[in-house]
Amino acid sequence: CLRTTIRFSSVAKHKVCIVGSGPAGFYTAQHLIKNEPNLEIDMFEKLPVPFGLVRYGVAPDHADVKNVINTFTSIAKSGRLQFIGNVTIGKDVTLNDLRTAYDVVVLAYGAAQDRWLGIPGENFENVVSARKFVGWYNGLPEESNLQLNLNVEKAVIIGQGNVALDIARILLTPIEILKKTDIAQHALQALKESKIRNVKLVGRRGPLQVAFTIKELREMIKLPEVSNRIHLEDRDYIEACIPKTPRPRRRITELMLQSADTKQADVKDSSKQWELIFHRTPLEIVKSENQRSVKALVVGINRLKEDNWENPQIEDTGLRETIPCGMIIKSIGYKSLPLSDELPFDHIKGVIRQKEGRVEGMPGVFCSGWVASGPVGVIASTLQSGHDVGKRILDDLRKGICATSTVKPGRDVILSQLATRGVEPVTFVEWETLDNEERERGKNQKKPREKIIDVREMIDIAKKVQS
Amino acid sequence: FCHSLPSFQKKMISVTFVNREGNSMLVKAKVGDTFLDAAINNDVDLEGFGACEGTLSCSTCHIIFKKEDFDKLPEKPSDEEMDMLDLAYGLCDTSRLGCQITLTESMDGIVVTVPAQVADARDR
Ligand SMILES: Cc1cc2nc3c(=O)[nH]c(=O)nc-3n(C[C@H](O)[C@H](O)[C@H](O)COP(=O)(O)OP(=O)(O)OC[C@H]3O[C@@H](n4cnc5c(N)ncnc54)[C@H](O)[C@@H]3O)c2cc1C
Ligand code: FES
Repeated sequence: CLRTTIRFSSVAKHKVCIVGSGPAGFYTAQHLIKNEPNLEIDMFEKLPVPFGLVRYGVAPDHADVKNVINTFTSIAKSGRLQFIGNVTIGKDVTLNDLRTAYDVVVLAYGAAQDRWLGIPGENFENVVSARKFVGWYNGLPEESNLQLNLNVEKAVIIGQGNVALDIARILLTPIEILKKTDIAQHALQALKESKIRNVKLVGRRGPLQVAFTIKELREMIKLPEVSNRIHLEDRDYIEACIPKTPRPRRRITELMLQSADTKQADVKDSSKQWELIFHRTPLEIVKSENQRSVKALVVGINRLKEDNWENPQIEDTGLRETIPCGMIIKSIGYKSLPLSDELPFDHIKGVIRQKEGRVEGMPGVFCSGWVASGPVGVIASTLQSGHDVGKRILDDLRKGICATSTVKPGRDVILSQLATRGVEPVTFVEWETLDNEERERGKNQKKPREKIIDVREMIDIAKKVQS
Repeated sequence: FCHSLPSFQKKMISVTFVNREGNSMLVKAKVGDTFLDAAINNDVDLEGFGACEGTLSCSTCHIIFKKEDFDKLPEKPSDEEMDMLDLAYGLCDTSRLGCQITLTESMDGIVVTVPAQVADARDR
C-alpha cells in the first residue's frame, strides 16, 4: 500500500563517507550518528591505524589528552560507522570515486605537510621540521628512520606555540619519566644518550604574542631538574599592557613575568635549561666548515612598530645576532595539500576553500578540522568544528541539497575497486588486534604500549587470525 | 571515577543543566559525585561534554554558575583548573570546570548553564 512505499523511501539510507580518522572525522561522525539514525557512514584512513594526531601528534607524556580515544572507539564500535583503514584517498581511490559512491563526502584529513621558512641552510643536517620530529618520537611510520644527531649541547626551536613547547619538554624531561610513556622505543633510546642541555625557543614577536597556552608553559616551568630563562627586554611595556588584556593573556603573561623573576640559582640540580627568546627573525642557518651539520642560527633583532599588543607589526632594527646551536627544529606550523586537482584550495594558507564547512562549488562535499581551519586550536576546538559541520550536513541533506534521487552504491563499489587494485583495507576489529599486541609489547617495558612502526608489520598483525 | 563513599551513605540531590539551546535538564545525582559524573551517569544530552573524562586536559566540561552559587562553592579553583578554563569558550567570572566540582548536599536544586561554544573564540 501507499503507506509502506512512503515508509520504504524515507528509510532509504543516505551514504556518507569521511576521509580521515582524527578528531575532526570522529566528532563529525558523532554528531551525525546522534542526530540522524538513517545514515550509513564509512570512514577512510590512510594509515592502518585510527585517531590521527591523537596517536601521532599529542605528546607521549600527555596521556590524559588521549582519553578522547575512548569516545572515538565507542563511536567506531556503535555499529553505525565502518572504519576502513590503510586506504589513501587521492591515490587508492579518488575524490571523484567517492562523490559517485556517496551522497556526502567529508574531508577531515588534517594538515600533515611542512611549512618552510625560506631561508638559506634549511636543508642542512640536523635541521628538521617539528612535524618530522614529533612523528619520530611518536612512532609515525614515515619518520621512524629520521636521522638526528642529539650528541650536541644546544638546540634551537624556531617558533613559540604548543608544539614547540612539546618538543622542548620531550628534549629536557628526565628519561625516568619518559620511559613510562608510549614514546617510540627508538626515540627513547636516542634521548637516553642525548647530550642536549640547553633548548632555546626563538620567536619573532614578543611575550604578549606567544601562541602557546598556559597549561603547557606551566608544565615547562615545573619540569624537574630543569631551569628556565625568560628574556624580557621590554618589561615596563609588558606590565603596562597587562591590564588591557583578556584573562587568558593576562594570566599567561603574569606567569612569564613571575618566572623571569625567580632566581634560577635557587633551582637545585638544574643541569639543563630552556630559554624563551623574543623579537628574533631567523635569517640564515650556518654550518660548520668541514661538516654538513648546523652550527648556528643567524637572527635579525626586531621591535614592535606601534603600540598594538594584539596584532603588532614588527620592524627590523638592522641588528644581527648569532645563536650557536647543533640542532634546529622548525616549529612554524603545519599545512595541508589538496588531495585532488579539482578541490578548491587556498595554497597560501594551506587549507580547503570552504564556507561553514561546505567546500566551495561542490555540493555534498564538506570539510572539517585542520584541513578546513588550518593548524590552530586544541582537540576541543576541533570537536566544535566537527559538530558544526555535522549540523550543516544534516541541514543540507534535509533540504535535498546534497542527496540526489538516485540511490548511491556506497562502500561496496569502493571496496571492490580496492580489491582490484590490491589494497588491503584494515577494519576496526583488526585494529583492535593490533592495539592489543601493542599493549602487550608495552607491558614488558612497563609502558602503556609499544607502537609498531612498520606498516607491513602493522597490517600483518592486524590481520592475524585470533586462535 | 566516582568518589567512593559506601553507596548507602550517598544522598541524592537534584541538579539542572541548561544546555546550549537553552533547554533545562533536571537530573538526580549523588552527593560526592562531580558535575561531570552527574551529566554522564544520567546521559544528559550535552554533545562533547567531558571529552578528557575528568582529567583536567580539555575544558569541554565548562559550566557557568549563578553568582550566588559560585560564591558558595567550597573550593577555589586550582591553578591547573584556571589554566584549562582559560581555553574555554564563553569564559566568564562564574565559570568553573564541571569535572572539578564535587556535589554537596547544600547544592540541592542548583542550576548550571553549559555555554554555547563559538568555534573561533581563541584562534586569533
Ligand atoms: C604535535 C601536536 C601536539 C598536539 N597536542 C595536543 C594536545 O596536547 N592537546 C590538544 O587538545 N590538542 C593537541 N594538538 C591538536 C590536535 O591534535 C588537533 O586539534 C587535531 O588532531 C586536529 O584533528 P583533525 O582530525 O583535523 O586532523 P588529524 O588529527 O591530523 O587527522 C587527520 C587524519 O586523516 C588521515 N589522512 C590524511 N590524508 C589522508 C588521505 N589522503 N586519505 C585518508 N586519510 C588521510 C591522517 O592519517 C589522520 O589520521 C596537537 C597537535 C600537534 C600537531
Ligand atoms: S572533562 Fe576535561 S577538563 Fe573536565
